[in-house]
Amino acid sequence: MYNVLVGGAAGQGIETTVAVLERMLKRSGYSVFTQKDFMSRVRGGHNFSLVRFGNEGVFGHSYHLDGIVALDSTTIREHSSQLSADGFILCDSSIEADDPRVIAIDMNSMAKELGNPRVSGSIATGAILKLFGEPLEGIDNALSASIKPKYLEINQKAARRGFEAVRERFPHLTGTHAGDLLISGSQAMALGAIAAGLRFYSAYPMSPATPLMEALAVKADEVGLVVEQAEDEIAAINMAIGASFAGARAMTGTSGGGFSLMVEALGLSGIAEVPLVVVDVQRPGPATGLPTRTEQSDLLFAISASQGEFPRIVLSVRNGEDAFYQIMRAFDLAERFQVPVIVLSDQYIGDSSWTITRLDPARISVAPVGDEVDQKGPYLRYRDTDSGVSPRAIPGDGRHIVAIDSDEHDEAGHITESARMRVQMVNKRMRKIDGIKAQLKEPAFIGTDNFDVLFIGWGSMWAPLTEAVGLLNEGKEGCYAALVFGDVYPLPQRLLLDKSKQASRIIDVEQNATGQLAELIRRETGIVCDARILKYDGRQISGEEIAERIWEGADNR
Amino acid sequence: MSAQADSVREEEFHCASETAWCPGCGNFSILACLKEALEGLGLEPSQVLLAAGIGQAAKIPQYLNANAFCGLHGRALPAAEAAKIANEHLTVVVSTGDGDSYGEGAGHFIHAIRRNVNLAHFVHDNQIYGLTKGQASPTSMLGIKTDVQVDGNIADPLNPLAIAIAAGAGFVARGFVGHHDQLVKLMKEAISYEGYALVDILQPCVSFNKLNTYAWYNERVYDLGSSYDPSDRMAALAVASEFGERIPLGILYKAKRVPFHERNETLKSGPPLFKRTTDPALVDRFIEEYV
Repeated sequence: MYNVLVGGAAGQGIETTVAVLERMLKRSGYSVFTQKDFMSRVRGGHNFSLVRFGNEGVFGHSYHLDGIVALDSTTIREHSSQLSADGFILCDSSIEADDPRVIAIDMNSMAKELGNPRVSGSIATGAILKLFGEPLEGIDNALSASIKPKYLEINQKAARRGFEAVRERFPHLTGTHAGDLLISGSQAMALGAIAAGLRFYSAYPMSPATPLMEALAVKADEVGLVVEQAEDEIAAINMAIGASFAGARAMTGTSGGGFSLMVEALGLSGIAEVPLVVVDVQRPGPATGLPTRTEQSDLLFAISASQGEFPRIVLSVRNGEDAFYQIMRAFDLAERFQVPVIVLSDQYIGDSSWTITRLDPARISVAPVGDEVDQKGPYLRYRDTDSGVSPRAIPGDGRHIVAIDSDEHDEAGHITESARMRVQMVNKRMRKIDGIKAQLKEPAFIGTDNFDVLFIGWGSMWAPLTEAVGLLNEGKEGCYAALVFGDVYPLPQRLLLDKSKQASRIIDVEQNATGQLAELIRRETGIVCDARILKYDGRQISGEEIAERIWEGADNR
Repeated sequence: MSAQADSVREEEFHCASETAWCPGCGNFSILACLKEALEGLGLEPSQVLLAAGIGQAAKIPQYLNANAFCGLHGRALPAAEAAKIANEHLTVVVSTGDGDSYGEGAGHFIHAIRRNVNLAHFVHDNQIYGLTKGQASPTSMLGIKTDVQVDGNIADPLNPLAIAIAAGAGFVARGFVGHHDQLVKLMKEAISYEGYALVDILQPCVSFNKLNTYAWYNERVYDLGSSYDPSDRMAALAVASEFGERIPLGILYKAKRVPFHERNETLKSGPPLFKRTTDPALVDRFIEEYV
């Protein structure tokens, strides 16, 4: 497995360089995982991407580097300590660096000779491919996906110049991933929503949720989907509810700050029983927090947001593949139970590129919008049923009158203050929880059955925990295992109760400061975690970091 | 249409609920006019969506037999816009109060004008908050005393019609509950207009607004009349700024604008959005793009 960092200032073209590189590596057979570490600015500062690739499955990042591509001197200063002894630092010869690992190429002169100073990234791409023993075949095609036609030829030449400027350093590893997908979590989520029949998406731009909106917008015309940029998040969620009420499968997406604005309407979806999917691509809060970075600190907020009591579902996303299937399930569950479904992603999931097997939409069946209702007799939108779910007619689609109300209402949807009707309607809505619980999925179990120490985590902790369990078990086979929750609320308990009995110690691993999943587990089951590994600096914990914390004694506290 | 057919139609929109309004409330007139307007346009209740927020005015969908979206305070417009986007065959009417429209939902008001989804927005403008028992509204006049504005209202009233015209609305009108026939006509024209249409409806609040009474309005309102040209935007702005000794009624401004459905690529052609499905082959092709 190899790990290369490409770093520079915002605006230097890191994103394009990495997009071409990761595509080339994946098409060569590697499993590739790219993490993006960007500052909240458009120019300057220090940004980098970590491109990790290998012939076995790569699904998380590492801070231990085999190579650094430095588009500025800051990158060398910040990261050379992470570089292995036989690693390389590829940079322009104008950058002064007193490090024996430096491979200086006169990129600036080459670029000038080629007639455009902005092709340094392609020179670097060519050089990296050579360093890792990759052929240059296919570079033209890979470049064309990220570079405008009029700059294509010059970038092709630049890649060749870079390729010729260095010698091979690392052997090519033969992988089987050429036919896999290379996709970001947000892109996978957008495809899942489209596959589920999304017709209306309303949102207000907010990092790191905007890539989801962009991924939907670029396909909207072809799909027959309306993507509407709302005036604020309150409008965005009320629009999604209005569209869903009128029969268009609808979703809104945001990050924590926008989600905070949406909470009253979340309750509207709950009491009015309008299916709704809300995506929260989490970032560190509170308030503005760290806008372009990652955290898992909205869990307890999501499960309790909005006044009053109503059934809701909270799902989380564990990796790029999960983003596709979880969002499809979210639409199915929202429709079947006529409730709001909150999907928790985060910057790490959303912005990273994942190598995954072909996505199969047929794996998830999504309930059709609305129900066939008897066209004779009066229609009761909130007819009291055993399951708590009432047949849903779509207004304007048939002769029925469909009335929904944010006030407490009777079965016909008319406002009421009757004590009896209030209790009847609360009970009807809350009864849905039994049906919901039966549909939710148990956490993923990672490790072997003879474990001793059990990690618990949720969402994007899947990749770090999977790697950590592997690393820790290398020395002590079978000692460590992990449960990583995808569906988080209502909390699936069967596997947790089962595995926790066997564990001598339970260690909570989360990307937040308070251990929110551990708190939810304690509240729901009484199970108390013995130790916690928490990170809240905005940078995703890696598998290696978890293992190191264990070796340092985190499980002996 | 025969008189008999008329009465049958009227029955269709009639809903026999007891109302929560005070005797003498202007909302009764608005309800009667709305019923008459919908019936007069020959609409079926199942093809009409009434949307409202929260407030005394916002209870109007409860008392009419039509599809109803009784949402959150201030948020009727975005929900109604999206419902219309989802099903262009629905006739969408937002009928709700001045607090809903110009206070809590003021931002949505401006952006609904920009978006220009084809719907009619009827604002029951009684210049006071009724359901919360008599606080100043965004259109309350300076100096009006309430339990909250104990020294008199010190915030200048906003001028919704001037705002709407300045923001680019294509249909801006004012009605008065005391002028029944004109109000019905304005409602019908607003519903028939292709795009966002605002009718600000002056309506006394007999319980909490002792200043802007029927008599107060009657002394001031006048009909713009047939000599007025509603296509002149600058003239419309001048007329809209008139609110004091004389208050104009009628269509202040009307112009053709391209509605949302003709601007959005997806909606330009094809069946209503909610009737569409996604071709699985298209999804497969999108997935292939990531190989």
